Amino acid sequence: MTIGISRSTGAADASEWAGKGAQIRLESVTKDFGLAHPAVDNVTLTIEPGEFMTFLGPSGSGKTTTLNLIAGFETLTSGTIRLDSQDVSTLPAHKRNLGMVFQNYALFPHMTVAGNIAYPLRERKVPKPEIERRVAEVLELVQLQGRDKHYPSQLSGGQQQRVALARAIVFHPRALLLDEPLGALDRNLRAALQLEIRRIHREVGTTLVFVTHDQEEAMNLSDRIALFHDGRIEQVGSPENLYAEPETLFTARFLGDSTVFALGNQSVSGTVVWEDERWAVDPATVAQRARGGGDTALVVRPESIGIARDRAQVPGGANAVRARVRDIEYMGAYRTLVLSVGQEGVSGRARIPAADKNYAIGDEVVAWWHPDAQRIVAA
Amino acid sequence: MMTSRPRWLPHPGWLLLVPALGLLGGVLGVPLWQSFWRSVGAGDWTLEHYSALFTDGVTLKVLARTGQAAAIVTIVTLLLGYPYAYLMTRVGPTWRSVLVVMVLMPFWTSSLARNFGWLILLYDNGLVQRFLALLGFGDVVLYGTAQGVTLAMSQVLLPFMVLPLFSALGGIDRRLLLAARSLGSSPLVAFWKVYFPLSRGGVVAGVILTFTLACGFYVTPALIGSPRESLIAQLLGQRTTQLLDFAGAGALGTLVMVVTLVLVWWANRVGGSMATIGAVAGQTGVRR
Amino acid sequence: MTTLLNPADTAATETPARPVRWWRRRRASADPTPVWLTIVGVFVALYLVLPTLIVIPMSFSEASTFVFPPRGHSLWLYRNFFTNDRWLDSLRNSVIVAASAAAIATVVGTAAALGLHQLRGRRSARFLQSALMFPILTPSIVIATAVYISFLRWHLVGTFTGYVLAHAALATPFVLATVTSALGTFNPTYLRAAASLGASPWRSFLTVTLPLISRGVATGAVLAFVTSFDEVVIALFIRSPKFQTLPVQMYNSVTVEIDPTIAASSSLIVVTVSFIFLVALLSSARRNRSGSTRPRRSVVRRTR
Repeated sequence: MTIGISRSTGAADASEWAGKGAQIRLESVTKDFGLAHPAVDNVTLTIEPGEFMTFLGPSGSGKTTTLNLIAGFETLTSGTIRLDSQDVSTLPAHKRNLGMVFQNYALFPHMTVAGNIAYPLRERKVPKPEIERRVAEVLELVQLQGRDKHYPSQLSGGQQQRVALARAIVFHPRALLLDEPLGALDRNLRAALQLEIRRIHREVGTTLVFVTHDQEEAMNLSDRIALFHDGRIEQVGSPENLYAEPETLFTARFLGDSTVFALGNQSVSGTVVWEDERWAVDPATVAQRARGGGDTALVVRPESIGIARDRAQVPGGANAVRARVRDIEYMGAYRTLVLSVGQEGVSGRARIPAADKNYAIGDEVVAWWHPDAQRIVAA
Repeated sequence: MMTSRPRWLPHPGWLLLVPALGLLGGVLGVPLWQSFWRSVGAGDWTLEHYSALFTDGVTLKVLARTGQAAAIVTIVTLLLGYPYAYLMTRVGPTWRSVLVVMVLMPFWTSSLARNFGWLILLYDNGLVQRFLALLGFGDVVLYGTAQGVTLAMSQVLLPFMVLPLFSALGGIDRRLLLAARSLGSSPLVAFWKVYFPLSRGGVVAGVILTFTLACGFYVTPALIGSPRESLIAQLLGQRTTQLLDFAGAGALGTLVMVVTLVLVWWANRVGGSMATIGAVAGQTGVRR
Repeated sequence: MTTLLNPADTAATETPARPVRWWRRRRASADPTPVWLTIVGVFVALYLVLPTLIVIPMSFSEASTFVFPPRGHSLWLYRNFFTNDRWLDSLRNSVIVAASAAAIATVVGTAAALGLHQLRGRRSARFLQSALMFPILTPSIVIATAVYISFLRWHLVGTFTGYVLAHAALATPFVLATVTSALGTFNPTYLRAAASLGASPWRSFLTVTLPLISRGVATGAVLAFVTSFDEVVIALFIRSPKFQTLPVQMYNSVTVEIDPTIAASSSLIVVTVSFIFLVALLSSARRNRSGSTRPRRSVVRRTR
C-alpha cells in the first residue's frame, strides 16, 4: 500500500490555519502520584507556535504524563501550564481546545468515519453545511476521500490513524498532541505515516507535540526534541543538536550508537587518560555540563571511528586505542565491527565500508578517531 | 498505580449507586434484617428460636431429608453432567452452541412450565411410568414421591453442574489422555488417573453449587412431591404463612441464607468465577 | 488394552487392500468422539429439553385432566386462557408488573453499573458489587418469607406497588451484571478522546458511553422483564385474592383446582420466551460475524 505525496486542492484555505498554533509554556510543572519519585519533576519548557516538538524518552520517563498534563487529563501537583498567555492549569480538558491523537486511535466504533470527524464540530454547534465542508476538506488532507461512510472496524490500522488525525485537526485546535500514534503499526506503515504527519504539519502549521520512545522517529520528524529522563528533561534541542552535541551520557546513549569510555573525575582540559592511553581533548567538544567537575565520559560515534592494523597506520594527531573484533555485522550499505576495546573490554562499534572484508572475528586492531569527532559528556 | 482523578471527571459514582442501594436495601435488605432481628428476640439477644428449631422434632428431620435429596440430586447431575460437559469439549463449534442452548433451556423458560411438564411426565399413566414399565418396573407412579422430585430437580439443576464442569474441562489438554494411552494405560485408568484429577476444581464447584441450589427448592417439591415429604423450603413457607411463627421463620430463614452464602462463597473460591456465574444464573432460572 | 506399536502391525498397515470403512476410519483418526459419549449426550439433551417441550402438545388436549398423551385435538384450553377472567387478570397483572419492574430495574441497575465502573479499583467498589449481587445468591424462599412479613407491616401485600418493588429489587442485579459486562469491554480512552474533542462529561456520556452500552442495557431490560414475569416464589407469598400474577394462577391450577389451562399458558410462555432469546442470540451472533474486525471474545474454549 503506497501513500503518495498528496496534493491539496485550493479548497484547503491556508489562511484558516495560519497563525493558529499556540505557544505552550510549562513552568516548573510537577506531577506526583505518591510513588517514590514524581512522574514529572519540575519541568520547564517553552514550545514555540507552529513548532514540531517531540517528547522522547524511555518508558516511565514522564513524557506521556507531561502530554496528559498539557491535555488536561491529569491535574498538576504544582506548576503552571500556559497556552499562549492563558493559564490553563485548572481548565478542564474539554475546554482547552487541543487536538489529541491516541495510540489506540480511540475512534468511536458506533459512528462512521464522517461521524467521528464531525463530532468535535457538532459539539461546537457548527452549522451543518459548514460541518460537511470541513469534513470533506480534512478527509482530502489525509487522503481518505470516499471512506466517509465506512465504520472504523472496516478500516486498516493506518487508515484509522489518519481518521484519528483528521478528527483531531478538523476543529482547528491551537495545538495538536500525539501520544505514540504510530506505535501499533508495522515498520513500513510507520515510515509512510511519518511522512504524512510531517506533511500535514507543514500544511496546517499548528503547534505539534509528539510523544515517542523511538529515537529515529524523533530525529526524523521534529523541529526540536525534548529528551525525558526520570521525570526531568535531560536536554532540549534540534535533532542535530542532540545527536552531535549531547550534554550527558544518557543523551549520547539514547540517540544513536556510541562507544563510551568512562573518565571518572579527572580534569578534561588538554588531555585525558583512559587505561594506559592518553588522548587529546578539543575544548570545543567538551559539553557545558561536563566542565564544572564531576564524573565525565568520552563518547565517539561509530561513523567517526577508523580501524587500523597497528599504531603505525593511525593518522597523526588521532586518538587511538587497541581493540579486538568481537563480531562483524553486515548492514548492506556498510559494515559494523563490534569491538572489545582496551583491557576492560568496553563495547565499541566502528563503521567501515561494506567492501572492506579485511577483518575477521578475533583480530587485534587499533581503533582511532580525530579529537574533534569525540565528545566529553557528563556521566 | 494510583491515578489521581482528573478535575474534569467528577465522582458522581456514589450518587449513581444511591438508587440501587436504596431499592435493594429497602425492599430486600430491611426485611431480611428484620427477619434476623426477630429471630434473635428483637433486642433481647436470645438464641431460643434457633435452639427451638433443633428441638421441635420436625426441622431436623426435614433438614436431613432435604440434605439427602440434595445429595442424591447432586450425584445424579454429576453422573449425567460430566459426560455431557465432556462431550461439549469434543464437538465442533456449531454443535457446541446447540448443546449450550439445550443446557440453558431450563434456565430461561418459566419454572412453572417446567414443573408442569414434569408433572405430566410423572403422572399416573404418564410417559415415565410407561417407560419404566417397558424396562420391567411394573406399576410405578413417581408423581408424589421423593424419587419424582429428585428426577425433576436434577433436570433443572443440570446446567449448574454442566457450566462449571465445562469451564474446567475446557482447559484440559486432551493430548494428555492420548499420552497416557500411548504409555500403556487403559482408557478407564487414563481417565481416572489423568483427566479426572485435572477437572477436580470444576467438579467441586459444580457439586457445591448444585447441592446449595437444591437445598433451596420450593416449587418443585411443592408441585410434584407430597406434603408428607416436605423439604426445608416448604417448611419455611409453612412456618411463615400457616404457623405464623415469624420469629422461628426468621431463624430458619437466616440459617438457610447464611449456609447458602457460605457454600456459594466456597464454590467461588474453588471453582473461580464460572461457579459464581453459575450461582448468579442459578437462583434465577431456578426460581423454584 | 492398547499395545505399543509392534512390527507385525506396521507390516499390516503398509498394504492398503480394501477401501477403509467409515467406522475404521473413525478409529484411525487421532481423536474421534466416542459413540457411547454421543449417545449419552443425546440422552442427557433429551432429558434437558423434553419436560419443557412436552407442555406444547399437552396444550392441545381435549381432556380436563393432566393425562398424557393428550386426547383429541382442541384449542379449548387456549380459548379458556384468553377468555377466563382469572387467567386474563393474572396475565394482565404479570405483564404490567413485569414492565414496570423492568423499567425501574433497568434505570437503577444501569446507574449502579456506571457508578461502580467509575469507582472501579477501590475496595469499597468491589464490596458493593458483591453486595448488590446478593439477592441473586440468596434462596428465593428466604427472601419471600422475609419480604412477606415486612410487607404485612407495611401494607404492601397483594398490592401492585408491593409486587413492582419486590420484582424490581430482584431484577436489578441482572441489569447490573449485563451492563457491567458491557462496560468491561468499554475502552476508557473513548471518554478522553471525547473530552479532547470538546465534549463535556455529560455530553460524552450521552454521545459515547450510552450508545456503546445500549446492547447491555437492552439485554438487562429483557432479562429483568422475564425474571419478573416468571417469578413464582415471592409472588406466591405476597399475593392476595384480589391481586396475583400469572405464575400464581398457574400454581393454583395444579394445587388448588385441576385446571389444564396451565398447559396452554405454559406453552405460550415457553414458545414466546424461547423465541425472544433465540432471536437475541442469533442477532448477536450475526453482528459478531459481520463487520467487526475485533476478535469475538470466545466464551467457549476449545481443547486442542
